[in-house]
Amino acid sequence: MRRREGLAKLTGSEKYIDDLSIPGCLWGMAARSPVPRGIIRQIHFAKDFNWSEFVVVDHRDIPGTNEIFMIQNDQPVLAADRVMHIHEPVVLLAHPDRQACRHAINQISFDIDPLPAALDYRKVPTTEQIQYASDNVFAHLSVTKGDVEQAFKDAPHVIQGIYETGAQEHVYLENQGMAAWFDDQGVLTVQGSMQCPYYVVNALKHALKLDESRVRVIQSPTGGGFGGKEDYPSNLACYAALLALKAQQPVKIIYDREEDLAATTKRHPARLKHRTAVDDQGRLIAQDIEMIIDGGAYVTLSPVVLSRGIIHAAGPYACDHVRIEGKAMLSNSVPFGAFRGFGVPQAAFAMERHMDHIARTLGIDAVEMRRRNLIRDGQSLSTGQVINDGTDRVALMDLALKESGWAGHIKDHAAFNQTHPYLRKGMGLACIYHGSGFTGSGEVHLASKLHVAGLSDGRIEIRSANTEIGQGMLTVFTRIASHRLGLEPEQIVIAEADTSRVPNSGPTVASRTTMVAGKLVENACSDLLDQLGLPVHETGQVVVDAITAWHLDNPGQELVGTAQYRQPPGINWDDKTYKGDAYGTYGWATYIARVQVDLRTCTTTVLDFHAVQEIGTVINNTLATGQIQGGVVQGIGWALMEECCFREGAMINNQLTNYIIPTASDVPGISVSFLENPYEHGAMGAKGLGELPMDGPAPAIANAVADALSQLLIDQPDTIPLTPERIMSLTTPIHA
Amino acid sequence: MNILSPSTIQQATRLLNEHDGAIVMAGATDLLVNWPSNLNAHERTYLDISSISELAFHSFSENELVLGALCTYWDIIDDPCAMQHTKLLVDAARTVGAVQIQTRGTWAGNIANASPAADGVAALMALDAQVTLTSATGSQTIPLDTFYLDYKKTRCSHDQLITDIRVPLVRPEFASFVKVGARCAQAITKVGVAIAQTDANWRIVVNSMAPVVKRCAAIEHLLNSQTPVHSPRDFAQAIEADLAPVDDIRSTASYRKAVLARVLYHELAPCCPWFSKNGISKNGINQ
Ligand SMILES: Cc1cc2nc3c(=O)[nH]c(=O)nc-3n(C[C@H](O)[C@H](O)[C@H](O)COP(=O)(O)OP(=O)(O)OC[C@H]3O[C@@H](n4cnc5c(N)ncnc54)[C@H](O)[C@@H]3O)c2cc1C
Repeated sequence: MRRREGLAKLTGSEKYIDDLSIPGCLWGMAARSPVPRGIIRQIHFAKDFNWSEFVVVDHRDIPGTNEIFMIQNDQPVLAADRVMHIHEPVVLLAHPDRQACRHAINQISFDIDPLPAALDYRKVPTTEQIQYASDNVFAHLSVTKGDVEQAFKDAPHVIQGIYETGAQEHVYLENQGMAAWFDDQGVLTVQGSMQCPYYVVNALKHALKLDESRVRVIQSPTGGGFGGKEDYPSNLACYAALLALKAQQPVKIIYDREEDLAATTKRHPARLKHRTAVDDQGRLIAQDIEMIIDGGAYVTLSPVVLSRGIIHAAGPYACDHVRIEGKAMLSNSVPFGAFRGFGVPQAAFAMERHMDHIARTLGIDAVEMRRRNLIRDGQSLSTGQVINDGTDRVALMDLALKESGWAGHIKDHAAFNQTHPYLRKGMGLACIYHGSGFTGSGEVHLASKLHVAGLSDGRIEIRSANTEIGQGMLTVFTRIASHRLGLEPEQIVIAEADTSRVPNSGPTVASRTTMVAGKLVENACSDLLDQLGLPVHETGQVVVDAITAWHLDNPGQELVGTAQYRQPPGINWDDKTYKGDAYGTYGWATYIARVQVDLRTCTTTVLDFHAVQEIGTVINNTLATGQIQGGVVQGIGWALMEECCFREGAMINNQLTNYIIPTASDVPGISVSFLENPYEHGAMGAKGLGELPMDGPAPAIANAVADALSQLLIDQPDTIPLTPERIMSLTTPIHA
Repeated sequence: MNILSPSTIQQATRLLNEHDGAIVMAGATDLLVNWPSNLNAHERTYLDISSISELAFHSFSENELVLGALCTYWDIIDDPCAMQHTKLLVDAARTVGAVQIQTRGTWAGNIANASPAADGVAALMALDAQVTLTSATGSQTIPLDTFYLDYKKTRCSHDQLITDIRVPLVRPEFASFVKVGARCAQAITKVGVAIAQTDANWRIVVNSMAPVVKRCAAIEHLLNSQTPVHSPRDFAQAIEADLAPVDDIRSTASYRKAVLARVLYHELAPCCPWFSKNGISKNGINQ
């Protein structure tokens, strides 16, 4: 099947929000805090500057509550009396000329009394740095299983490690962008680049004091999200809407790359400590894990990122005694936000590095170490969730080993490393898993709704708030509906994600769209058949005929099949104790990286990469393979080169010349294989897959680097990114 | 933005005289970086030389390669003669940005822009290139290795244009160009070195190691005198004497120095019989 919007994207005719011409539109821009923390005394507008042409908005222009609606609502739309991070917006400007806005922003300055900023989330804050609760802890969550203390007492070996991961930028192709305007009836329309239209609706209702009937949000074609357009578009939508309200004219805000990199969310930096009790064979007896993530200046999504992180922190292994403590800390940085993997990449990096560390310490082979511990059906994960899905995770690992030529390469490398003057080769693996859909009772709370309408010409229209963000959602929904009803792709229309027309089928996040929302497509199709009085398995022309006949009988009426999420039977989760079925199902994978380190420059090249995963049914092989390969590339970047340099909590390498992402020449061939074990509660048997590939590359690569440099390391590669400068510091002292 | 578009060198130099502070523009790959936020640049006057056809050439004669001011990296990559006679330039050109930049960026622009990271400059300097500067009153040709005065300061005055670059065709016995960047393409050099040797005469030119691209007298002396070298560490003193790299957003001074020493050692060890090879040990290479 052809990608639905493929031709438009290929030929450049797709219209992103920046391409959309809106008559009478002004450009909006924000003046931002220059300091990480302080009390705003005064805002100066340069005297010799003509401000009369500008629309100026500050916190006093907010008709509703000065809060971005999210988990805790602690982030103001615009800073009022104090600022909490550099680049926090304080004043908004709009003008017909974008260049004039750029000039004017430089004519605004601030008198701010600085306060002591908390700039290192790993350090216990001083009294003067406390800004949230009594300890700057945004969220404290834990998982417990068995009796950890007792288990450690009797353990033959206890092995510890500390692992750190850095922030990461999404670097979606299309920067953040949003337009807003009010019509004559006072209805606000906001259109732009986003993953979650209903999140934006809720933010606008809250800040602009509008009821739902007066807010309409439309997603425009979106050039990538990766989580960066989960939470942040709510902020941007509020800015654009406030300016539009004051100007009584449409306003568009399009970030350029520097502003986007500086002012928007990034992946949470994290530090994990592992203390593990093991027996002589390397079997895990007890795991004691601490995970700290940097939340930035406001709570935003950090508690949920932390939640998913700690739930995955103990790895896809069977262990009877587990204690995981997680904390999300305040720091005076741009808030860290949603990013593909959502806490799991950090957790998986630590766990899989630690597995190699244990293996090395005990003199056990890294593969054997995992073979002995991988979870078998009937055993339980850290939350006590018993896995019984019929997937053989050991066989999956063995397939990856076979495909990557593991055993052969181990021999080649040993010979090569003996003789080459300055190149060293190594191999590493990581066994990973990723829970599909929202954590715990999240999907129950969302209670997503989706519609499939029968149109008068016999076609059907899928109405959902899920968004095409480059991942192929339009194509996959088309495939699901065409499979369910036996229709050709051309007979299926997918409605624009316009909240005035589509119900809230939930956000496009958490590897949930195909599995969860796709299932709602199937169920709404069933409901449509039911309303037509057709048997549940009816397909093809009979359905088309029935739809057209229905419209002849009911002229001018809407024929709509509906579906709402219902939790599959047998899932039990306790939000208070963090016990039970954290996810309906998991994707499982083994990733293997082969690297070469150049000892002259300490540069790491990934020679080849093998990704083997079980993700339920593969609905579209091209798209699924693309998701895996893209995720692996993003993982290679995070592992080896992507580094946000912060000064006073602000990113200072906010240009693509200095924030280094991999180019096509930096990535190897990425071999992708799927095992299919259909999940009965996912559309066509699918599980989530979009985030899984982000979890495995970093630990596989770091393990491979450790292998390549095994003779040379004075310190382990337990912090990423493994830039050449870092690798040099791990190998030998640099001579003066 | 005010643009002047001369079509001859004569017009161009006259316009440069008349418009004080006009900025020469060739491929614009340096000039347009960060254009939207580079507000001051918008008010300036630009002298666009891209339609001066007499500058768009490169030619090989018996003992010289002449690059016109509009000659691009791609022109050189694409010319089999260049591969045969000035491979060092081809090697350097291939490391510049990626193909889009290689087809637009000019060698002369690389020189005039005076970035300490300029890759083209390093290769040209190692081959003893000369630069011709032309103003309304006449031309002068000066060695490229005397062109830079200090960070971003050159001997090209405001009324002068680089009209050509002359590279003598003395085929070096050994030549090598090594660029160490943060990735394989579209990378700004962290450590760069161009090496060329004829007889007992070594030329070592480095970029991103000092405020200007420069020859390294102490390193050259070490090689010219055939002082025994046992390991990368034996370059440390000469590197210290020649260079003072900085810690910046792209790398650190200590990384740059260590890498330069290691690269020099491993590039030169195979072809310098007076090097001992035991600098390569099992437990590291920089001992
Ligand atoms: C994405 C990207 C990647 C890049 N990668 C590299 C790289 O890997 N290595 C590298 O060295 N550079 C790189 N550059 C920088 C740039 O491409 C080169 O320096 C290029 O050679 C500049 O040539 P140009 O013709 O585009 O110069 P322009 O931008 O037109 O001019 C650059 C400067 O030189 C002056 N100038 C130009 N021509 C003349 C002349 N004839 N006489 C007097 N003054 C003149 C201009 O006034 C200006 O100050 C990169 C740039 C970009 C945007």
